[in-house]
Amino acid sequence: MKEPEGYNLRLYVAGQTPKSIAAIANLKKICEKHLPGRYEIEVVDLMKDPALARRHQIVAIPTLIRQLPEPLKRIIGDLSNVEKVLVGLDIQPS
Amino acid sequence: MKADAKAKPPSRRVTGIEKSPTGISGLDELTYGGVPKGRPSLLCGSAGAGKTLFGVTFLYKGAVEFHEPGVFITFEERPEDLIQNVGSLNYDLQTLIAQKKLAIDNVHLEPAQIAESGDYDLEGLFIRLGDAIDSVGAKRVVIDTVEALFSGLENHALLRAELRRLFEWLKEKDVTAIITAERGEGTLTRYGLEEYVADCVILLDNRVQEQLSTRRLRVIKYRGSAHGSNEYPFIIDEQGITVMPVTSTGLAHRAFTERVSSGIPDLDAMLEGKGYFKGSSVLVSGMAGSGKSTVAAHFVDSACASGERCIYFAMEESPEQIIRNMRSVGIDLKRWTDKKLLSFKARRPNFYGLETHLAAMHRDVAVFQPAGVVVDPMSALIGTGGASDVHSMLLRLVDFLKERAVTALFTNLSVGPAESTTSVQISSLMDTWLQLYNRESNGEHNRQLYLLKSRGMAHSNQIREFILSSDGIRLRDVYVGPAGVLTGSARVAQQAQDNAAALVREQEMQRRSRNLERKRREISAQIEALQAQLVSEVEEDTLINREDVARENQLVADRDVMGRSRQTGATPAKQHLKAAKKSNARLEKQ
Repeated sequence: MKEPEGYNLRLYVAGQTPKSIAAIANLKKICEKHLPGRYEIEVVDLMKDPALARRHQIVAIPTLIRQLPEPLKRIIGDLSNVEKVLVGLDIQPS
Repeated sequence: MKADAKAKPPSRRVTGIEKSPTGISGLDELTYGGVPKGRPSLLCGSAGAGKTLFGVTFLYKGAVEFHEPGVFITFEERPEDLIQNVGSLNYDLQTLIAQKKLAIDNVHLEPAQIAESGDYDLEGLFIRLGDAIDSVGAKRVVIDTVEALFSGLENHALLRAELRRLFEWLKEKDVTAIITAERGEGTLTRYGLEEYVADCVILLDNRVQEQLSTRRLRVIKYRGSAHGSNEYPFIIDEQGITVMPVTSTGLAHRAFTERVSSGIPDLDAMLEGKGYFKGSSVLVSGMAGSGKSTVAAHFVDSACASGERCIYFAMEESPEQIIRNMRSVGIDLKRWTDKKLLSFKARRPNFYGLETHLAAMHRDVAVFQPAGVVVDPMSALIGTGGASDVHSMLLRLVDFLKERAVTALFTNLSVGPAESTTSVQISSLMDTWLQLYNRESNGEHNRQLYLLKSRGMAHSNQIREFILSSDGIRLRDVYVGPAGVLTGSARVAQQAQDNAAALVREQEMQRRSRNLERKRREISAQIEALQAQLVSEVEEDTLINREDVARENQLVADRDVMGRSRQTGATPAKQHLKAAKKSNARLEKQ
């Protein structure tokens, strides 16, 4: 398998809600399994910086944005459906 | 303290729900104050109905007039576009944003970019909205069009739950919100938002009838408040949105006894010498070229001359043309337009629908505050709607004008040769009805004027001929012949005949009086002659008598002489003398 550049993922949450916690956990699990060692996760809590929601066009929570590699991709939800996450992030299951 | 806090809520309930004025002229009147304060209202309508502009106006007026900052959440238009679009209405949103009186947030959803995996909520939207509200201290929120979420997100069940939460949340935030929604087929909104926003629902409509579109607004429901339930036309133009609460307001208008001159002295004379009643409606009907506009221009001219303002709604001619035409009959309307006493509103009847015409007229009257209004010709409007529509529109216009004590003059073009073809339904709305005829007789057309009715005054019942001269309209004296009123050359002929007959009579009279004089002189001459005769006869008589007396005296004297000479007694002679003296005295007496 060709080694692509690293994944830069940003997850937007709003406080410590069950959905947020589930999303963080799900994301970590998927990345560990399919992108070991070549991912970076940034969790943004909009409760702490509400202005970011507007700047980054966030409507649904949680929202996952693939910053890198290009193009930008968005996935909303608690990421419980692994298949959809993999398709959404364009990750080849390992 | 506690007692105070407890005492407040009941008193609030008594005064009814609190309202937040929209600042849209007309809407606040028909909702008795605006939309429910601190609650969301639903504004639905099809594309292009004016929802966005409505929302922007609500926020702009709120910020500028009512000191309530606002937030505009747009799902459809980019903020730059929005600012530019309403710039033509002189809504300077940029400045409001700089002054922290307005915040615009564009929620952009690109369905193709978004994948869904598992459970989510719209907390992001809530956060953005909350942030925007806090940034300006907003009291008003417009969300345009929240339904865009339905096309952007797949999980509609979740979306509905979230929208319900959103509206509840808005209430908690105590902001007055307007949620716009696209109209669906057979439903108010495509996604049934009326289920969630139930306090106040306003529907905007843009209907096309006979190729003319008319915008209408209807307050479908308003919980806890009375509201006008009819459809009200509204217009969007450079002055923003104007809603016209144009229902017939009943017949409670004041009746004036003041008079307004018709501008034609002779016509005033027919109207008890004073003219129309103030605030009354006057119908001038007649065929083409019978002088209707001139009658109207006279009215306007006279009203302006007395310092009143007038609006001339021209349906068929341009203001320039009217001014030029009226100059030919000696009426200078230009000076009044220059002095801003007269305002021409020239609109083609088919420029927009009937309701919009009415709405525009309403606004013009409300803005210009005229004392007189002319609609020339009213009949032009008939082409823009059905007869019943026109009737109801005119009814409302007449009521509206009466309420404002505006004297209105409508001209009506009658078609066909007879004078009775004026729309009867319309004439019954009018207080004064002037009919102008253009009758053919003796190979010429002559203008006639007849005051068919004039409520509340003893008006003339005569048919009068009138003439359009360079000094305006002049009524002629009535000449009635065997075939009715004589007009034109027939009148002139009759006039000549009358003059000739008068001359003959005059001459006859002179001759008679000359005869009389002659006879009188003859008789007095006779009298003089007879008197002279009498005098001479009396003199003759006296003379004869004197001679008789003298003779008698002589006789007595002779006898005396004779007696003395005979030496007879004197006594008989004395007796004779006495008798002679007596007869002398008798003669003297005579």
